[in-house]
Amino acid sequence: MSAIYLLLPISLLVALAFLAAFIWAVRSGQYEDTCTPALRILTDDPPGNRPRKQLSPRSNATTSAHER
Amino acid sequence: MPVVNNTDSGTLVADPAPLAQPGLRLPGQGGRPECGQAPACYHCGAACPTNPPRLEEKAFCCQGCLTVYELLAENGLGHFYDLGPQAGVRVNRPNSREQFAFLDEPAVRDRLVDYADDAICRVTFRIPAIHCIACVWLLENLFRLRPGISRSVVNFPRRECVVTFDPRAVRLSEVVALLASLGYEPDFNLAHLDSRRTDPAARRLWLRAGVAGFAFGNIMLLSIPHYTGLNAAEQPGLRMLFGALALALAVPVLVFSASDYWRAARVAWRRRVLNIELPIAVGLAALFGQSVYEIVSGRGSGYLDSMTGLVFFLLCGRIFQHKTYDHLAFDRDYRSFFPLSVTRLRYPVSAQSSEPGYETPKAGSRGPGEERVALAQLAVGDRLLIRHGELIPADARLVAGRALVDYSFVTGESEPVARQAGDHLYAGGRQMGGAIEVETVKPVSQSYLASLWSQEAFKQNRRDTLDNLTNRFSRRFTPTVAVIAVAAAVFWFWAGDGARAVRAFTAVLIVACPCALALAAPFALGSAQRLLARRGVFLKDPHVTEALARVNTVVFDKTGTLTTAGVTSATFEGEPLNDTERCLIAALARHSTHPYASALTASLGEAGGPGEVADYREEPGAGVAGRVAGHEVRLGSAAWLRDGGVAMAAPTAGPGVCVAVDGRFRGWFRLASPLRPDTETLLAGLAAGYELALLSGDSERERERFRGLFPASARLHFHQSPLNKLGFIHELQAAGRIVMMVGDGLNDAGALKQSDVGVAVAEQVGAFSPASDVILDADQVRSLPAVLRFARQVVRIVRLSFMLSSAYNLVGISIAASGLLSPLVCAILMPLSSVTVVGFACGATRRAARRVGLPAGSAPAGQTGVA
Repeated sequence: MSAIYLLLPISLLVALAFLAAFIWAVRSGQYEDTCTPALRILTDDPPGNRPRKQLSPRSNATTSAHER
Repeated sequence: MPVVNNTDSGTLVADPAPLAQPGLRLPGQGGRPECGQAPACYHCGAACPTNPPRLEEKAFCCQGCLTVYELLAENGLGHFYDLGPQAGVRVNRPNSREQFAFLDEPAVRDRLVDYADDAICRVTFRIPAIHCIACVWLLENLFRLRPGISRSVVNFPRRECVVTFDPRAVRLSEVVALLASLGYEPDFNLAHLDSRRTDPAARRLWLRAGVAGFAFGNIMLLSIPHYTGLNAAEQPGLRMLFGALALALAVPVLVFSASDYWRAARVAWRRRVLNIELPIAVGLAALFGQSVYEIVSGRGSGYLDSMTGLVFFLLCGRIFQHKTYDHLAFDRDYRSFFPLSVTRLRYPVSAQSSEPGYETPKAGSRGPGEERVALAQLAVGDRLLIRHGELIPADARLVAGRALVDYSFVTGESEPVARQAGDHLYAGGRQMGGAIEVETVKPVSQSYLASLWSQEAFKQNRRDTLDNLTNRFSRRFTPTVAVIAVAAAVFWFWAGDGARAVRAFTAVLIVACPCALALAAPFALGSAQRLLARRGVFLKDPHVTEALARVNTVVFDKTGTLTTAGVTSATFEGEPLNDTERCLIAALARHSTHPYASALTASLGEAGGPGEVADYREEPGAGVAGRVAGHEVRLGSAAWLRDGGVAMAAPTAGPGVCVAVDGRFRGWFRLASPLRPDTETLLAGLAAGYELALLSGDSERERERFRGLFPASARLHFHQSPLNKLGFIHELQAAGRIVMMVGDGLNDAGALKQSDVGVAVAEQVGAFSPASDVILDADQVRSLPAVLRFARQVVRIVRLSFMLSSAYNLVGISIAASGLLSPLVCAILMPLSSVTVVGFACGATRRAARRVGLPAGSAPAGQTGVA
């Protein structure tokens, strides 16, 4: 039974990691538009000329011009 | 026609989620006219003219579409046409960067951008033209078309596009001009500038529910030993660990997830009213207090699983109810009606002297003496140029030109009025015909149009959130529970069992926590809102359903509501015209921009080719005359014909256009706006259960026509100003009626706001409609009786759900009052009652929708997908 003392905190840590992922997803705006990504995935980008690094709308502010 | 004329076009939208989005139309549902054998434009699908511009064997309807095609092909974006054949948006006017130059002015720019620094600038554009998957793809590939644009992201349900660009490489006006040249001109207006949308509430709700769900799941796991009856006493260490962890998990739920309930309970307590949150808060406090006591004293494992589960379910209910149609604006006022910029005429001397902060236009000038300025910068005394179809932005005096002003949206009067130089023009009118020059006499915010918004009706926040079904039920429920709890405690105390008395008291509070009760309304009303939205009826919030159910009086506006707006049908009366005469009349009518002339042209169709008109004369408010193929043709009022020496039997009454060919009176075209289809059935259907009334800003002349349509008891009022309309609704309400107003224009705005339920009819959901509680797709006006019936059914379902949850509470309370409530019973009873109530509410609402005969998904918002 003493294994539980170790396993229980570990399982909670794993669960917390998922909670953190969920919080990150909500805060980065992924729950605000659940429709457009479903449309986007149906279209292919022309090869080669990939769009620049995809950013979440919030973090745009931190990017600068030299990403171009 | 509006800029977007192709909300259909066999677009392929393979997504089940946005079914409730307006504007996604099935092929063949939309309004594009099928026109004979004319080839369809490769870009936008509109019918091509007889000799269309061609490129690579592809026909285009106009040069604009061809240009877009070229642009896309050159930049390797031809894939656009694979995504949706003819998916483009028609570009119906030339665009230049100069036209948008006003956007580069710091005052305007700063209000538009979301974020800006030296190297990066981010703007959210509202683009109503977005309608299909190809649009999304094209807009997100903007960076290929213009260096300097680094990224663009579309939000399809909101019809928004967030563009990030480098302000050193590309100006804001250039970005907008690029969008406009592709057919996606962003929609700017004043209201949009003033209210930046931010909805942190939805995000917070997700976070709260996430935390509660996390804690709920883990505490259930920690409770397994207890559920399975393992004797935790044998392992005091483990029991301590389990208890401590459960408590640690429950605290964030109590503090963070449930914070809305604490706040609402505090408000209720301070205002001395009972709402549903108060018993919930008491229940949560009792659950947590009892649990802490049991865990700390080592008597048991507490009720933390029930507590976190309860909060989790409640928040799920809130998320379900939080469905908002935030791409639809329910709170628009007159400012959304106005454009962002106007054409100001520059008179060098007066302009510089009258305005100290006047900037000499740099890129802004559009030719000598003309500039585009932001409406916000407009000052009294400015000279403006108003072109055909443009709005008069502020009360003004006509300086030059002949004005023919269409006030239909502002006053409901369907006939345009002619004005001469020196006359006063009210804001909100639309100039028809040639360009005019006006001088503003009042600021935009103090104009006639704005004065309606200073009325009382716009100041009060009408719907008290405390007065809804749930809270009304709670007002009976809460005192009953309190009495039972006290009675149980007193009973056991008298029986000499003090410990049991305390236990019974808290147990009653715990089990009576009205979780299922609080879930019934959100789920029933929330699913009603979704079901209606799928059919083109958009509710501002779920509580509108309750108001809809109470309505007993329905007031209609005429123009645009019962009749179709903007469409006029012309029927000829008199000796039938021969083909030559039809050609002559059509040729002359084509020369005028007067709406009557357009109606004539439309009804005469493509009669003959373009005839040459010589000696063309137009007298505003009277008529037109000219020589076509050697024949003298006169169209207009009876007086106009007599002036031209035409002998006429008698002056005709009502709206119409008299026709004379070669000095001989030929008859007249009777003009009428056609009723919407099924108006008779609509009114007959409502007459049985509701008091009806008609309010029209128009003149009396159509009274006869509507007298026959309405039941004898209905009141019909014509010549109603916006204020009259508001007053009429107020009067009905003072007589105790619950009024639903159905209208479409700004002239109905006051009445819509004053009424208990304001229903705005919109030809294009998402286009402008005045502030209202419901936005109704114009095709769905006929389903109003079904909507009202449905609302009553839904309210009945909510009541039944209350009964169901009360039955559960009765069982729970009787166990609790006897002091025998165990955490296990609690853990089973609570989710069970919630799930059954939610299931009943959703299922019954769906069944009711079918039973009342709501047209199943026939609205544009309906089923889309790969056929």
